[in-house]
Amino acid sequence: MKTLRGVLGAGALALWSGLACAQVQDMPGGPRVNQLNLTGGVTEIARSIQWLHWMLLIVCAVIFIGVFGTVIYSIIMHRRSRHPVPAKFHEHLGVEIAWTVVPFIIVVGMALPATRTVVAMKDTTNADLTVKVTGYQWKWGYEYVDGPAQGVKFLSTLATPRAQIEGKEPRGPYYLMEVDQPLVVPVNKKVRIVLTSNDVIHAWMVPDFGVKQDAMPGFLRDTWFRAEQTGTFRGQCAELCGKDHAFMPIVVKVVEQAEYDQWAATQVSALAGAGDDAGKVWESADLVASGEKVYASHCVACHQANGQGMPPVFPALDGSEAYVLAPMKEQILTVLNGHPGTAMAAFRDQLNNTEIASVITYTRNAWSNAGKGEDPVVQPSDVLALR
Amino acid sequence: MSSVTVDHIPAGEGHAHDTPKGWRRWLFATNHKDIGTMYLVFSLAMLFEGGVLALLLRTELFSPGLQFFQPELFNQFTTMHGLIMIFGSIMPAFVGFANWMIPLQIGASDMAFARMNNFSFWLLPIGATLFTVSFFVPGGANAAGWTMYAPLTLQMGPGMDFTIFAVHILGASSIMGAINIIVTVLNMRAPGMTMMKMPLFCWTWLITAYLLLAIMPVLAAAVTMLLTDRHFGTAFFNAAAGGDPVLYQHVFWFFGHPEVYVMILPAFGIISAVIPAFSRKPLFGYPSMVYATAAIAILSFLVWAHHMFTTGMPITGQLYFMYATMLISIPTGVKIFNWVATMWRGALTFETPMLWGIGFLFVFVIGGFTGLIVAVAPVDIAVHDTYYIIAHFHYVMVAGSLFAMYAGAYYWLPKWTGTMYDEKLGKLHFWSSMISFNITFFPMHFLGLAGMPRRYADYAAQFTDFNMMATIGAFWFGFSQLILVWVVIKAVRGRGEPAPARPWDGATGLEWTVPSPAPHHTFETPPEVK
Repeated sequence: MKTLRGVLGAGALALWSGLACAQVQDMPGGPRVNQLNLTGGVTEIARSIQWLHWMLLIVCAVIFIGVFGTVIYSIIMHRRSRHPVPAKFHEHLGVEIAWTVVPFIIVVGMALPATRTVVAMKDTTNADLTVKVTGYQWKWGYEYVDGPAQGVKFLSTLATPRAQIEGKEPRGPYYLMEVDQPLVVPVNKKVRIVLTSNDVIHAWMVPDFGVKQDAMPGFLRDTWFRAEQTGTFRGQCAELCGKDHAFMPIVVKVVEQAEYDQWAATQVSALAGAGDDAGKVWESADLVASGEKVYASHCVACHQANGQGMPPVFPALDGSEAYVLAPMKEQILTVLNGHPGTAMAAFRDQLNNTEIASVITYTRNAWSNAGKGEDPVVQPSDVLALR
Repeated sequence: MSSVTVDHIPAGEGHAHDTPKGWRRWLFATNHKDIGTMYLVFSLAMLFEGGVLALLLRTELFSPGLQFFQPELFNQFTTMHGLIMIFGSIMPAFVGFANWMIPLQIGASDMAFARMNNFSFWLLPIGATLFTVSFFVPGGANAAGWTMYAPLTLQMGPGMDFTIFAVHILGASSIMGAINIIVTVLNMRAPGMTMMKMPLFCWTWLITAYLLLAIMPVLAAAVTMLLTDRHFGTAFFNAAAGGDPVLYQHVFWFFGHPEVYVMILPAFGIISAVIPAFSRKPLFGYPSMVYATAAIAILSFLVWAHHMFTTGMPITGQLYFMYATMLISIPTGVKIFNWVATMWRGALTFETPMLWGIGFLFVFVIGGFTGLIVAVAPVDIAVHDTYYIIAHFHYVMVAGSLFAMYAGAYYWLPKWTGTMYDEKLGKLHFWSSMISFNITFFPMHFLGLAGMPRRYADYAAQFTDFNMMATIGAFWFGFSQLILVWVVIKAVRGRGEPAPARPWDGATGLEWTVPSPAPHHTFETPPEVK
């Protein structure tokens, strides 16, 4: 029954999407429409991967044609109507040795150039710039470890509006492969990416760089690229990381060194300006207003806009006696440190005291929670005290 | 050795407790043919359950955006599609073939442990029920992928525990099935049936059974560690407490890679029966086939981490696993060449089993070549966790395992039912499946090379056309399988020509010396093999 409904639905959609598809263009720095092969990309590694793939494909295709040429010849010439008396042979030592040894030589021939590329891919030494990348459910965090932007860190989340995903608005040209804040790196510089994860395993993939590296919670892994062209390059998370796995893209903006330096200077000065004043005492309404924004970007995916969550994996916050309507301490600690063994992440390094105080205040005053429970307002100083 | 250990059924006992009637015949079944039939029917039912899940997820993927299912449900579909197809369909189906055919092929009266055989079958519906019911528990079924990577699995709801328990039960069933097959093949061969005279299907299953014995406990260990991490405070995979998520992947793939060969070696055995029969020529290079099978089995234990090139292994690890994996293509190539040489200068006819056999060769070789391509670590890093991998393993698992089973099913259906199947319907089933399979999975190579990650409920609009093709092909392929059901029902009901003992003039082996349908008890007196 469900299948039938699926078929009918799919048929109806075919007409609708057929029209929509006609307008889709190649995505610069992302996939081309109906792209057939690996991209040559903008790094030496991506080009050598593409070369290896072509080499393997051609060798395999030649063998395939040889083998199936023989099969088709047999099918035509050795069918019973043409070749009624079958031969009796069932072994031939020379042939058997040949088709063991020759493939071995071919395989060795394939392995040699591949080895060169493996060695090059693993060489993360002598980097010009190091960026620490942290996977979160479901966004990426970037932190510049050295260079002019040292200390700059930000989160990079999907910028495609939910309405496009649900088909309520037409899809933009960078559907699912656009973020609010891209990683910015200089051109022709060796960038070392050091990866880890805050929760589950993610993978940082940018096809144009020939890079794909898993981000392991609790461990550091590294990879590198040297982009030879400026431009914006796009990739996606490549390791199943839960429900919004498809919605945490990667966007890297490669710019000239001068532009990079300028960008870094702006970021560093913004960093100095955006002080998190934990001593400030806020009005409840202001906390709720800014908390709603924090909620929308960090909490809504699991706990949902209506606060109902998706029990039992993602619990409801609306009417939550154990946390939201209880005294503030447990809730602050949970937001700061996460809840081990569940999807609840530790936000200690992602959000500052003001953001945490405001989002908690928001949950205590939203939905049916307003006016119930203790501690309806949480101030940044309360968060700082428990940090 | 075999002549002294053949079990003689004492006179008077053989038929005294002949076929029980009604449900007792099946619930208390100890006859290898009845149990084989139950295995085959069960796995066909699970093929459809797993297939419906595949069609549901293909429905969502027909166009970009979320239309039918939210990602959390979509992930349950992909996960359970994989688990049900592997543990519910392909593995039990091959055990069904083994139950039916191994005693008939080696001239034994039954499997060695008849009651354990019954138990190992009846564990399957329990495991399948756990899989199915888990969709309806709070939080739904396991949505962490069939590979169940920690620590994502630690976040799942109770559906994950259902999966863990089901995997334990199905693993126990596989281990018992494997023990039964090993003991039967080693001890119950008819006089004169030396090891090197056995049909290749018995050889490949013997080696497969040893693989199962070695790897199923490893899988049990992996999922048990997940269970204790989830509920009993251990931290095997939690870095914060000294564990390592990559440990899970090493343990899992130490099971997972040989598992691939568990699902393909028996298929090689079936193809090695079908191609000679319809080429009317003995199998080329029988000893090298046996050695190649053994070589593949041994190598399969030494290559597991090629599934993990992107985890960030040391350079020596990457190089070793790349070289070792590439070596597997050599014994696999030997097998392909042997089948081609078997056809060479034969007297070929193209009944349905042979069509499936040649079809198997064609698509399996494509899957084998993409396997060689992804063995090369740099290319694997580019296509890892993309649709290229989906294409690769469906070319090996559907086009390899499933098509070989279809070849075997059509080949032995006259022996099982006593009726010739409908040749026209069989050919329609073949051509319809073959074309729709390629429409479904060939475009996935392009999607993967272009960078579309797997396990995505939604994708960039540039990937739309190939996804549409794949979905249309998937529905066509899915509905084509109903033809098989119709063919089987017709044959079981006796609608068709009665089958002679040996319906294929090129077929050899002991199974064709007994009447069709095979009587309930066969080879009570062991045949003499010259």
